[in-house]
Amino acid sequence: MKNKLNNLLIAGALTFTAQAVIAEEVVNVLNWSDYIDEQVNTDFTAATGIKVVYDVFDSNEVLEAKLLAGSSGYDVVVPSSSFLARQIEAGVFQKLDKSKLSNIGNMWSDIEEQVAQFGPLNDYSVNYMWGTTGIGYNDGLISERMENAPTTSLAMVFDPDVVSKFADCGVHLLNAPTEIIPAALAYLGEDPRSTDSDVIAKAEAVLTKVRPYIQKFHSSQYIDALANGDICLVVGWSGDIFMAQYAAWDAENGVEIVYSIPDEGALMWFDQLAIPDDAPNADNAHKYINWIMDPEQIATATNYVWYANGNLASQPLLEEDLLNDPAVYPTPEVMEGLYISPTYDSKSQRVVTRTWTKVTTGQ
Amino acid sequence: MQTNPNFFKSIFNGRNAVIAIPYIWLLLLFLLPFIYVLKISFAETIYARPPYSSLLIWGDSWLPSIKASFDNYLFLFSDSLYIKAYLSSLKIAFISTILTLIIGYSIAYSVARAPTRWRGILLMLVILPFWTSFLIRVYAWIGILKTEGLLNLALMSIGIIEKPLMIMNTDLAVYIGIVYSYLPFMILPLYANLEKMDMSLLEAAADLGCRPFKTFWTVTVPLSLSGIIAGCFLVFIPVMGEFVIPDLLGGSETLMIGKVLWTEFFYNRDWPVASAVAILLLAILVVPIMLYQRSQEKAIS
Repeated sequence: MKNKLNNLLIAGALTFTAQAVIAEEVVNVLNWSDYIDEQVNTDFTAATGIKVVYDVFDSNEVLEAKLLAGSSGYDVVVPSSSFLARQIEAGVFQKLDKSKLSNIGNMWSDIEEQVAQFGPLNDYSVNYMWGTTGIGYNDGLISERMENAPTTSLAMVFDPDVVSKFADCGVHLLNAPTEIIPAALAYLGEDPRSTDSDVIAKAEAVLTKVRPYIQKFHSSQYIDALANGDICLVVGWSGDIFMAQYAAWDAENGVEIVYSIPDEGALMWFDQLAIPDDAPNADNAHKYINWIMDPEQIATATNYVWYANGNLASQPLLEEDLLNDPAVYPTPEVMEGLYISPTYDSKSQRVVTRTWTKVTTGQ
Repeated sequence: MQTNPNFFKSIFNGRNAVIAIPYIWLLLLFLLPFIYVLKISFAETIYARPPYSSLLIWGDSWLPSIKASFDNYLFLFSDSLYIKAYLSSLKIAFISTILTLIIGYSIAYSVARAPTRWRGILLMLVILPFWTSFLIRVYAWIGILKTEGLLNLALMSIGIIEKPLMIMNTDLAVYIGIVYSYLPFMILPLYANLEKMDMSLLEAAADLGCRPFKTFWTVTVPLSLSGIIAGCFLVFIPVMGEFVIPDLLGGSETLMIGKVLWTEFFYNRDWPVASAVAILLLAILVVPIMLYQRSQEKAIS
């Protein structure tokens, strides 16, 4: 769930939309930005002769608007589990033809079980990658301002006494109400999946108190800002924070970025490969999904983007530090504390959005 | 029944065909989309594709029953957020228009008074930024305004400031972005107007002993009024609905109606309320658009 408006806007300005070429086999793929090693697509074309027209999007909301408007022209899209569940109900996806997916046996049943909590998702989709929403911080700047900072607790951002110490070095939160409100509830010890407006109001109280110390609510600028040392603390997506970590290491600028899964639990999300019911090349879409389920291909992608995947057979092919990093592949004990995102109906969604507007704009 | 063949002939003659083109254009690209949005604004949101209810319900009788509701409009008045967003957009549009006018007028004036051989080049420089995508130009401002950006580095290196200025993510950054982006829309109509101004009127004023500054206020400005009005509306109307600039340059608390519309459409998936927000925005803008139309008609006559 990466809300990369910036990247998307640039991509939109620079590229043209998917275009089917007559007499050429194509598959039109719409995936999250910065979410694959391009080699995977190049090799697919080399192996099958099917051209991959690859577009990127930046938020589940934007993807959903395209799908609900219809005739998106895409063959493969990658919504996150909670959104996918609703979209299946709205009838915008087709069931996967498992007979065309010879690699389906490679998938990881643990992840399939988690995904099944949202609804019949395994009939309509297979997992691409998954991750957590946690805390990313600049180790040097944080320890300068507070000794023994509670870096594995959500108190880092939701306790006014703590977060106020970091206001001067820059604190960002994701601009994603459906992620931050559950996190605030987890901090309070409430059920993070609650859709009750009285419970959501408690999250609002927490957020309002820390609002003065938050520099910006944004879902993609924090990658660069964290890597450059412009900000020191963020609640963001695991893989994005690893990307910042790598960028800082690569730049040798002395910035050390750490990602931690909070003790109070963290939201766990699953990005799923699915085929819209009006996909123009459903057959090629199956071939593409089957290609992604090949252990070697998904391992290439995971080694590149540092998000865990739902493919068990790919694990021996992953870089060792990645597979053994509990922040990417959490230990079973940490896994216990993770929660899946709530599915809001239109009424509770409105409460969540309105709460968010109130918190961010003060109106 | 017989139709008079001349009737069709008179409709399909060349003159009418030429006149029809702009009307067909407006019909297809303005009126139809407008009716479509208007229709959605009276519907109810449902979870399906498309995500709103149908207004016409075909029952047993041969006429469909109509199911429209004003709830979406009433909702906009039940929560002060929407009114505040409209007012905040009006304020931002108004201030940016004034700023653009002040800067645009001085640029247009100097270009119009420059030697003839220079004018083409100067005008070209005004239009030149359009060769780059609007989005890329707004992005460039992030690089200039951010804490570690060009502006702060330059000011700190020459010792004017010690601590970087916090411009990025504030309303000030939004104003800078808007004024920069919309400046050509102000300059071009003003230039067109100032350039064809009768210089002998200024000479007459000078001959009669009027000082240059007074001549400017009492002769030049009134004569260029139609250019000022045209430029102001070309800036004011699109800025009201601006989304990209406040989103990229503004802070989280910058409240504009374009952003509210985005939230309704994408976060709440509520197309009917989003449509109602858009229709109300149009209603607010109809007043200045009509004023603009009247001033244009006056200028022509």
